[in-house]
This record gives sequence, structure tokens and C-alpha cells, in this order.
Amino acid sequence: MLQFLRREYAFLHKPLNLMSRLLLLAGAAAIAAALFFPLWKLHLVAPQYEEGLDLYIYCYKIEGGGMNGQHLAEINNLNHYIGMHPLEQADFHEMRWMPFVFGLIILLILRAIVFGQMGNVVDLFALYAYFGVFSIASFYYRLYTYGHQLDPHAPMRIKPFTPLLIGVKKIANFTEYSFPQAGAYLLILSVGLILLAGWASRQERTA
Amino acid sequence: MKSPHLIRLLAVAVFTAALAGCNQKATTVKADRAENALATYVAPGEKDEYYLFYSGGHSGQVFVAGIPSMRHISTIPVFAPYPATGYGFDDNTRKMLGDYTWGDVHHPALSQTASKYDGRWLFVNDNANNRIARIDLRDFKTHQILGPLPNSSGSHGSSFITENSEYLFVATRFSTPLPKGRVADPKDYAKEFSGAITAIKIDPKTGEMAVGFQILMPPFDYDLASTGKGPSSGWTFFTSYNTEMAHELLEVNSTQLDRDLCPIVNWKAAAQAVADGKVMMMDGVPVLDPAKVPGIVYFVAIGKSPHGMDVDPSGKWIVAGGKLQPSTTVLNFEKIQNAIAKKDFEGEARGIPILKYASVVEGEVPVGLGPLHTQYDGKGNAYTSMFIDSCIVKWKLPPWTPDEQKDLTKVVLDKVATHFSTGHLVVAGSDTKEPYGKWLVAMNKLSKGRHVIVGPSQPESSQLIDISGEKMKMVAEAYTEPEPHFAQILKVSDAAPIEVYPKEENKDANAVWDKKDAGVVRAGSTVTAKVLAIRSRFVPDRIDAQVGDTLVVAVTNVEQTGDMIHGFGVAEQNINVVMDPGETKTFTIKLTKPGVFPFYCTNFCSALHQEMQGYLVVRPAGQAALTPSGTAPVAQR
Repeated sequence: MLQFLRREYAFLHKPLNLMSRLLLLAGAAAIAAALFFPLWKLHLVAPQYEEGLDLYIYCYKIEGGGMNGQHLAEINNLNHYIGMHPLEQADFHEMRWMPFVFGLIILLILRAIVFGQMGNVVDLFALYAYFGVFSIASFYYRLYTYGHQLDPHAPMRIKPFTPLLIGVKKIANFTEYSFPQAGAYLLILSVGLILLAGWASRQERTA
Repeated sequence: MKSPHLIRLLAVAVFTAALAGCNQKATTVKADRAENALATYVAPGEKDEYYLFYSGGHSGQVFVAGIPSMRHISTIPVFAPYPATGYGFDDNTRKMLGDYTWGDVHHPALSQTASKYDGRWLFVNDNANNRIARIDLRDFKTHQILGPLPNSSGSHGSSFITENSEYLFVATRFSTPLPKGRVADPKDYAKEFSGAITAIKIDPKTGEMAVGFQILMPPFDYDLASTGKGPSSGWTFFTSYNTEMAHELLEVNSTQLDRDLCPIVNWKAAAQAVADGKVMMMDGVPVLDPAKVPGIVYFVAIGKSPHGMDVDPSGKWIVAGGKLQPSTTVLNFEKIQNAIAKKDFEGEARGIPILKYASVVEGEVPVGLGPLHTQYDGKGNAYTSMFIDSCIVKWKLPPWTPDEQKDLTKVVLDKVATHFSTGHLVVAGSDTKEPYGKWLVAMNKLSKGRHVIVGPSQPESSQLIDISGEKMKMVAEAYTEPEPHFAQILKVSDAAPIEVYPKEENKDANAVWDKKDAGVVRAGSTVTAKVLAIRSRFVPDRIDAQVGDTLVVAVTNVEQTGDMIHGFGVAEQNINVVMDPGETKTFTIKLTKPGVFPFYCTNFCSALHQEMQGYLVVRPAGQAALTPSGTAPVAQR
């Protein structure tokens, strides 16, 4: 037991080599870049909407496709028939603080690069993983809420549903495609880069 | 100069038309059918390559069809109310129409830049009420109606636009005592009546039209025109009939002379003379008298009772269709310039020099009977519509070989029968310096028996002819309502129309985009309702007023999705306005009778379109309001 703790202590105090630090830097860059790309895209196709209606989710905003982001208004207008609450930027509180969380994670990465210890990478990864799982769960909860808090006076009454988080689903005359976008892929990449950074210094000797 | 032979010849020709010449019954082999069908088939989901803008004649409208499918796509109302798009019911279009509910659209002209279509505007004339309208090709709607023009009656000789859309010309088919309102005995026609050529100035940025200047003309019937380009830049060529100056039984009295005096106008010189102040004012318009300002108008005597006058894409040749002679007349612009320089005249008419015919004519091409209009493919070929012979004739433009010059039957290359009696024809882009070529549409005046019988009132027929090969080939036929006189063909890729009006462009003071801003306000005896239309409701859906009120309703369609159109029809108030996405329309009515009048969405919009309705409550004058007018509570968003 003691040996395990000692090994773990030693592991956490391993210095990070140049490769690890570069990988961490790349990870930070990937997170920074992710802010500029949509994380998720909902694509809705119906006979009357051959080209589809698009909804892009960024970490700090939701944006409709089409001229002047018109697709968002269109989706909301269609949703009012089933009594779904309109998607409004103001309701997405998490979008106000999400960019700061990403900034915090970037700062933690830079800290790990400067302090150069395995323990920093572990801290970073734990926080990042927690934040990632929390965000996806919260996104799912949002979808659940939108699909379940339907106005009982709506012209069309449908069974409450949860819009799809990922994949393809048929809802009435619409086929919904929900898939991660460049922003999400960059974040996944950053997770990989952080893990790789730890891996690259696994055999360094504790000073 | 009577010519009884010609008249007799005409009569014979009409009766034997079915047997003789090019009017043979088409016998199509099956292979041909498949080929033609494929050439014109536009499969569901596919799109046409060209717009075909037909003038709608006395329907007062413009029809838009597609080529090669020849399918009617839409109707653009211009001079007549059109409930289908709410045209003529809202304040704006009502004001544009003024007191008139019809017009006679004859010749559409696409705006040009450097002698090519720029896809911005389409101008059309109203032969009946002497107006000109501008359709904006951004939204395919009428934006301006100018007129009735002063000193101008029967604007048949229009719309003919200059190579950079500087001016648009209008020549009078009917002469009257001028200025308008003056009364003179038609017996004193030659002395008291005058015609006029009007130059309409076009604002290069907005397309807004204004009367530029006019040229006072002898009382002939000015018929058609076309503008010069290239070497003939700055000139406009007109035809006329009734050089006899007959005022009654024109059928006989205006067809006595073998030739009619056709004006050739140096419009740049005319514009300069106007700038120099060589004008008199008549009914508020600067008017030039060509007898007093030389160098502006010349005549050339062209046979016989000529109709079309068409400048070829090179600008060198001008072809007149002598409807009562069996040939087209080809004028050579270089020779016209020389004759003017050398004062090679054969007389004058009212102080206007008449160019010596032999000095300016290149040849008379024996195309057949009843040549009306000529169009060009840009490859040196001309296509003339033959009203009496009922066909299209393809022939070769000059320069001709000495051999051909000697016997001009040799330049006649091909004929294709049409059904029946072609009036105008159009070749894609013929009036530009680089025609698209490829397609020709014959607009026939009679369709008799070509379509399933629809009673005695019959449509006109249009026939699509492939002119890409050496031989013309008729490939499709369509019908239009009365009655196309001319058309313009525009490549779809040369226009950039919108599908919705962007919200930020809506500057209407009464537009409402948020339900909070919608409502009804009273100011004295004027009740103003700002109504918002969205699938599938009006906000507010109740308007309260009383008898004697003036009701102003501004409806904004807040949709920004293509084809999400809402209408606003009010029962028993003769109102139906239609708002395209992003558009606000306002109508004003005087409330004269009490009652509760339903209003509803007239343009099918959504699954709950039928539910998109409301009530206009008009209580008797003086009766207390039933409830305060305003936005009715809405159960939810």
C-alpha cells in the first residue's frame, strides 16, 4: 500500500519533457481554436425544407443557418405549433460562462507547461473531464426540458420527447440530424493531446 | 400611288395560305418527337435556362415563362389590378394605377449596359393610356408607372431603350390636337393634329423615369422603333404608316401610298439641342420642333405601311418589315450617314428632310407576305415573322455577294410554318450586341384549333423554334392569355432576384416585427391598425372602428422564409392585399356600413392557414365601443 502511494507520489512528481510540454501547448491551441467553431449542429430536413434548417451551437452562442441566421426563427416558429418554448440565446445561461471555463482550462494547461509536473496534467485532466461530462449532461438536460415542457394549449399535441443528442431521428415530418462539429472535434483532440502529454513523460525520472 | 395589284395579291394570298408557301401541315416523325421532347423537357425539380417576358397586351400584365419548357411561371401585374398578388388593392399600387384599371402592354424592354442586358429592369408601355412602367427584376414587381404622358397618345412605339439605358423612346401611334385637352375637328387633321416622340430619361441608379424631352412630329402613325448601337450609337429608328394623314377609314385611306415616311432620329443631337435651350414648353415638357432645329430628324420613305424596325447586333443594318409588301427593307447605316453628310435628299416633309431612298437602302429581301418584325442571332442571320404567310423566314444579312445582291431570293435560307399568323417574334437577346441566339419564340395572333376547345374566347399560341442549326426546327408550343405583342428573353444567370424582402430593408413606418408593437390606434376619425402576420395568425386579430371612420391597415408579413406569403382579405370590403415575406402593405378604406366583417389569410400558408382569421368590427356611428380596441390576449406565443 505504502509502496503504491510512494509510486503514485513519484509519478505525480515526474517532470514533463519537452514533447509533453509541446503537446500541452498544442492542446491549449486546440481549445482556443474550438471557441471559433460550432460545437454541435442540428440539421432538420422536411419535404418543404429540402435544403434543411440548420442550428449551430457554439460554446457561447446559438446561431441559425440561412440569411441573417433566419433558420433559428424558422425553427422556433415551427416549434410553436407543438408548444415548444422558443430557443433563445438569453435562456442559455451556461453560454455566458462557458468561454471563461475554457479560458481557465487553457490557463491550467499553461500552468502545467510552466510548472512542468505530471501532477499538473492530472489536475488538468480531472477538471477538464468533469467539465466535459457536466456540459454534455447539461446539454442533454436542455434537450430533455425543451422536449418535455410543451405548452398544453399548443395547436398540435404530441407526446413529449427528447430531441436527439447525437444521431438521426424522425420527428413528425422532419428528420433530425444531430452531430458534433469542428469545435467539438477540436476539444476531443485537446483531450487526446493532454493524455498524450502525460503518456510522453511516463518514463521520466522523478527529480 | 395606288397599288390595287398588291391588295388583290393579298386577298389571294390569304385564301390560299393553307395550301401554298410554307404553311404546310406539319408531319412529324416519331424520332423527331422524342428529340424535340428531350430538347424542351425540364424535369421536375430542374429549372429553365431562360426567362421569357411576354407583354400581356390588353390584359395589362406581363407574363413570365421559362425556356425551353415554355411553361408559364408567373404573372407580373402592371396596369391592371391582380388580386392574386394583391396588386391594385393596397394604397401604394392603387396610387400607381390611378384612375385606370387596364392598360395595353405592347413592347417590353430589358435595361441594357453597353448594349447587353444588365438584368436590372424591364420597362413596358401602355398603348392605351400612354404610360410607361418599370418592373424591377430584383423582385419582379412594378415599381413605377409614369404617365399618362403629356402630348402623347397611343404609346405604341415603345418601350425602346438606348444602349446604356439613358433614354427610353415613346412614339405616338395616334396623333391628336396638342397640347392634350385642346379640341379640333378631325377633318382638320393635317393642320391641327400632331404626333410626338418622347424621350424618357432613366435614372442610372434607381431606374426612376421622368419625361426628358419631346420631338413634335407630323401627324403620321408612328409604329415601332429600335435604338442604334456600335456605329449607329446615338440614333433611333422608327416606322410610321398613314403618311397620307387620313383621319377616317384608315384601313383604306392610310394605305394609298406605296411608301411611308419613317423617322431617323439623332437622339444625342436632340438631347444637346434641349440642353442648348432650343425648345418650346408644351404642357410642362421641353419640346423640339425638328423643322426649326435641323440635324435631329430625317425621314426615309419605306414600303409599305412598315411595322417593325429592327437594328441588327452590329448596329450597321436596320430592317423594316413592310407589312403590305412582300419584302423587308434593309437600310445601311453607313449610307444613311453619307446621305446626311451630302444632303442627298429627295424632298422634305414639314421641314424635315427626306433621305434619298436609293442612297440609303441596301436591298429589299423577298421574304414573303406580311413581314412584320425581324430578329437576329448574332451570327449574321435575320429572322422575320410573316403575318400573312404565317411563317418565320430565316435570311442572311448583308454584306451580300454581287451574285446575291442581283437576286436577293438567294439570301432567303429557310422557312418554318407557324400556327397562325405570327405577329411578333423574339430571338434570345436579339436587341443586344451579343444575342444568346439558340431559341426563337413566335408569338402567333391566332391559335384556332391548336388547343382543346375552350369556348369562343381563345388564347394566343406561342411556338418555340430551335435556331441553333442551319434549319430552323419547331420544338414546342404553348398558349398565353391575350395577348403578347413582343417579348424579351433573359438568361436566368443574368438576373439576381431575391426570394424574401430582408427585414432590415423594410422602412415602412407602420411595419411591426414584434407582437408587442402591433395594435390599433385611433386619432380623430382615423383608425390605424398595425397588424403582424405570421404562421398562422394575425396580431391583433380584432380591429374595432365605427361607421364614418377611415380605416388604415398596415399588415407586415414577418416571415423570412421563401414562399411564406400571407394575404389579408376583408369580406365585403373589396380588399385583398398580399404580403410577401418581409413586406408591409397598407390599405385605406372608408367605413360606410356597420357590421362585423371577417378577415382572413387568402394565400395558403400553413397547416393552420384556415384558422388565420380575425374580425373587423364596425359599429354604427356614435355607439360606444364594445371593448377597447387593442391587442387581444393571446394564449401563448
